[in-house]
Amino acid sequence: MNISLKPAETFRGDFSARNSDDAILRFPFPFPEDAYMYAVNIEPHVRGGPTAAYDAVFDIDEHYIGECEDRALTLIDDPLRCQVLPHMRLAEWDTLELLMESLAFDYPSLFELHRQGDQWRWVNHPLGIDQSFTFGDAETLPYPPFEYITRQVQGDFTIQDQRENNLFMDGGMVTSQADWSLNFDLGMSFHEWHGPVPVAHELGVFDRALAYLLRLQFGKPVRRLNWTLTVNPRLDTSPENYPEWGPDKATITPENVGHKMCLRVELQTLTRLPRSNAILFGIRGYLIRLEEVVRVKKWGRRLHRVLRDLHPEIAEYKGMPRYRQTIVDYLSAFDDGAPTNSGTAPEQSRL
Amino acid sequence: MARIKNIIALSPTIKRIIFEPADGNLFPPAAAGAHVIVSIPGPTRVWKNAYSLVSKPGKRAQYEIIVRRVTHSRGGSAWLHDHAEIGQMIDLSLPANLFPIDWLAGKHLLLSAGIGVTPFLAYLAALKDVGAAFELHHACKLSEAPAFEALLRPSPHITLHTSRNTLNVTELLARQKLNTHLYVCGPASFMDTVTEAATRAGWPSAKLHTESFGGATGGAPFKARLARAGITINVGPEESLLEALEAAGINAPCLCRGGACGECELPVLGGIPDHHDHFLSDAKRAANNAIMACVSRAKTPELILDL
Repeated sequence: MNISLKPAETFRGDFSARNSDDAILRFPFPFPEDAYMYAVNIEPHVRGGPTAAYDAVFDIDEHYIGECEDRALTLIDDPLRCQVLPHMRLAEWDTLELLMESLAFDYPSLFELHRQGDQWRWVNHPLGIDQSFTFGDAETLPYPPFEYITRQVQGDFTIQDQRENNLFMDGGMVTSQADWSLNFDLGMSFHEWHGPVPVAHELGVFDRALAYLLRLQFGKPVRRLNWTLTVNPRLDTSPENYPEWGPDKATITPENVGHKMCLRVELQTLTRLPRSNAILFGIRGYLIRLEEVVRVKKWGRRLHRVLRDLHPEIAEYKGMPRYRQTIVDYLSAFDDGAPTNSGTAPEQSRL
Repeated sequence: MARIKNIIALSPTIKRIIFEPADGNLFPPAAAGAHVIVSIPGPTRVWKNAYSLVSKPGKRAQYEIIVRRVTHSRGGSAWLHDHAEIGQMIDLSLPANLFPIDWLAGKHLLLSAGIGVTPFLAYLAALKDVGAAFELHHACKLSEAPAFEALLRPSPHITLHTSRNTLNVTELLARQKLNTHLYVCGPASFMDTVTEAATRAGWPSAKLHTESFGGATGGAPFKARLARAGITINVGPEESLLEALEAAGINAPCLCRGGACGECELPVLGGIPDHHDHFLSDAKRAANNAIMACVSRAKTPELILDL
């Protein structure tokens, strides 16, 4: 895959992060219809989809360097953003193996993996890393294996142990989350960590999703999309740092909403890990300003309709009440009432 | 695709079969307790049998299985014993693990009988690798003791019982510390003995792990009418419903092929299933509206499936 990486942008402070035209067109827009309701929207994670964001097993895009640097900054302030319980040792190596193999295969010009038995050499060109180590021996890496590799990949990751007919969140690297805390959820079961989600419990969504995931097979990963709204392209919207970003919500005006308000989409992948039988949950986040979204005509129309008609409890859960009307008013200017085609693909090849 | 790299007779009835990747690359990593489904190319049909991997977990250069010739074989194990040859190409599924080690256990108590020891051969390698506490008891016939002795190499933690009388499960469970996990694999009668003793002892279900094997057995032939496809297929006395569906070119979902995982559940619209699985709840069985196609058959001449 041919991608050009931007020099480091910022996802805090002056928020210099912008999406190029290519990045906008490859955005994984989450709404296939003009209305939204919770569903078990899980599909096989195979290469290829409505946009180029689906072309690799783990997507790397133009923001790679800036996102890795933002993660490193967050970890300096709060090392507990990366935690793995001791019984997940094999899952750590599973994760490292899967990510290195996938990245080297999908992006040979950016990453290289050389193996001779247990002697591995990992080359990460964008971050200037060339590391030789012994697979299975954590002492030969500068960080524990799960932390080592997830510092070098965009998106958050959690690892779920499977036991007692349930899944337990027994590890993770979480620095770009939509207001949830690994330190709080660590060790929780599937229904426990989904406790705060409204409406979906009553629909039985989590019972069905858990039954499905317990039978997730090695070699057959699956994916789903989730979404919310975030003020500014800020990766770290954590409960721990709420004082940093919470006040931003009060800054939204009709004049700045298009520039400051971002649609935040998570391309979530679930992969059965072969050595540990754990499940790796990848939460690959994408941030796009409303003024960028509406440059794709279909997406502007549809986002207006979805947010205008959204179930009030879901809007509340996603933190929208304060500025929902401001957003809907802004987006209404980009909705001419024309019908939209189903599916999420942009239906235009340039902006 | 895999190539048979070697076949080693461990006893007149037990063989180790070693596979290597046909393309010269590596197999995917597999964990202790994982199995693969081996597509066995018989003269008139393909058998698909699940076998536990006994190779060292994580070893990617080769996979190993151990096959016992079943006394009344439907053909699969007999073919592997009589016709499999070094160099032959065999189709293997990706590994799946329905019997994983619980790494939170303070100690692992492994009980097996007969060929049910196979997943524990991989367990032993994994447990020894990290220095985990374990105790294994294996029961087998006197005639097969030399083969299992060679496989297990008895030690203070590994005991071979050539009579089930020397394996007192109740006494064994009573002397275990808290946070011991019990793993059981063997024929149905052995599984029943152990799980009943565990129930009597108040053993927590979350710390009891079972892997049944044997998979499909034959029975009276019956017809399966596929309501949506509008066709009727015959299920012969020596094949399972799942195998009959596959033979008819229907790509039915499956995973363990032993009635344990739940993947092959099909909705039943008419007729009465003869349940042989370990998955459906009692209520679901009584409702007669679902069947696990890999092991269950029919009590009526015809089943109508929503397929």
